[in-house]
Amino acid sequence: MHELAITEQIADIAIRHGEKNKAAKITDLYLVIGELSTVIDESVQFYWDLITEDTICAGAKLHFHRIPAKFHCLDCGKEYQMVDGELSPCPFCQSTSMKILEGKEFHLDSINII
Amino acid sequence: MTKKISIVEKIHSANDQLAAENKQQLNQADLFSLNIMASPGAGKTSIIEKSLELLKSDYKIAAIDGDVATSIDANRAAEAGATAVQINTGGQCHTDAHMLRNALMELDLDKFDLLLVENVGNLICPASFKLGTDKNVLIASIPEGDDKPYKYPAMYQDVDALIINKIDLLPYVKFDMEYFQKGVQMLNPDLITFPVSCTTGKGIEAWVNWVSEHVKDKKVS
Repeated sequence: MHELAITEQIADIAIRHGEKNKAAKITDLYLVIGELSTVIDESVQFYWDLITEDTICAGAKLHFHRIPAKFHCLDCGKEYQMVDGELSPCPFCQSTSMKILEGKEFHLDSINII
Repeated sequence: MTKKISIVEKIHSANDQLAAENKQQLNQADLFSLNIMASPGAGKTSIIEKSLELLKSDYKIAAIDGDVATSIDANRAAEAGATAVQINTGGQCHTDAHMLRNALMELDLDKFDLLLVENVGNLICPASFKLGTDKNVLIASIPEGDDKPYKYPAMYQDVDALIINKIDLLPYVKFDMEYFQKGVQMLNPDLITFPVSCTTGKGIEAWVNWVSEHVKDKKVS
């Protein structure tokens, strides 16, 4: 249940940037989350509503942009994705040597303010 | 009117910043440090006890134990010969860089050669919160099952060493070592692995030698 700590971090970053830009209110947050990041959207939303109640983020909508995991096979050079959310060997050559290209992202991309 | 503000900031940036400060502090003291992570019951405290038994005559060792509650683990580490500090995370599922910073303040870092940080038993959260230690170590154990790399990829991806504990139980438990290691290989190729048993002592020496080499390297550099 690290979503509470994570949600606090998200709020801190958003509020810092909101205040810097003299926002009266933050209305939207755009988060980018890779498939390999262990973050549950619903839990973040749940904590979000609780911890931002008395801040300029109160009522802001969270948008989650999920990035699918993408792998590069080090043996045959092809790229592939996870099947059914499960880690699997290269579907083309069955090799288990691979490099993770995408899926570890976890950042706040932008916010909307008024 | 609504205005869009571009940010592109990592969610963990505040923790990462504190972790970098911890790292700097540990480097200044030439203190080699390990962040030991595992699920509850994998044998974190037992590995620490075994390591202390074999290393305490050569090095001054501090142990920081992160737990949701109680000081059982810190007491065990202290009994085994370490200077121990307990962090109670107050319900939080992981140790973070801020908690480690507070714990470091309780120690005279220059007096120690090796710092063992025992994280909260959990295979998800500790992977996301860097502490600033030199190496991250994961302890897997045979009774947990061979599918853990597949189920907890984030944890296996970023560690520097893997201990496979309780290998004495292999004859009694269904555990396909080849399948397990295939998962590890996918996530973390060439990860250094130590199959051990704290009960029989098998494999512990190789692990302790690895730690010892790193402690010496840090002193020299």
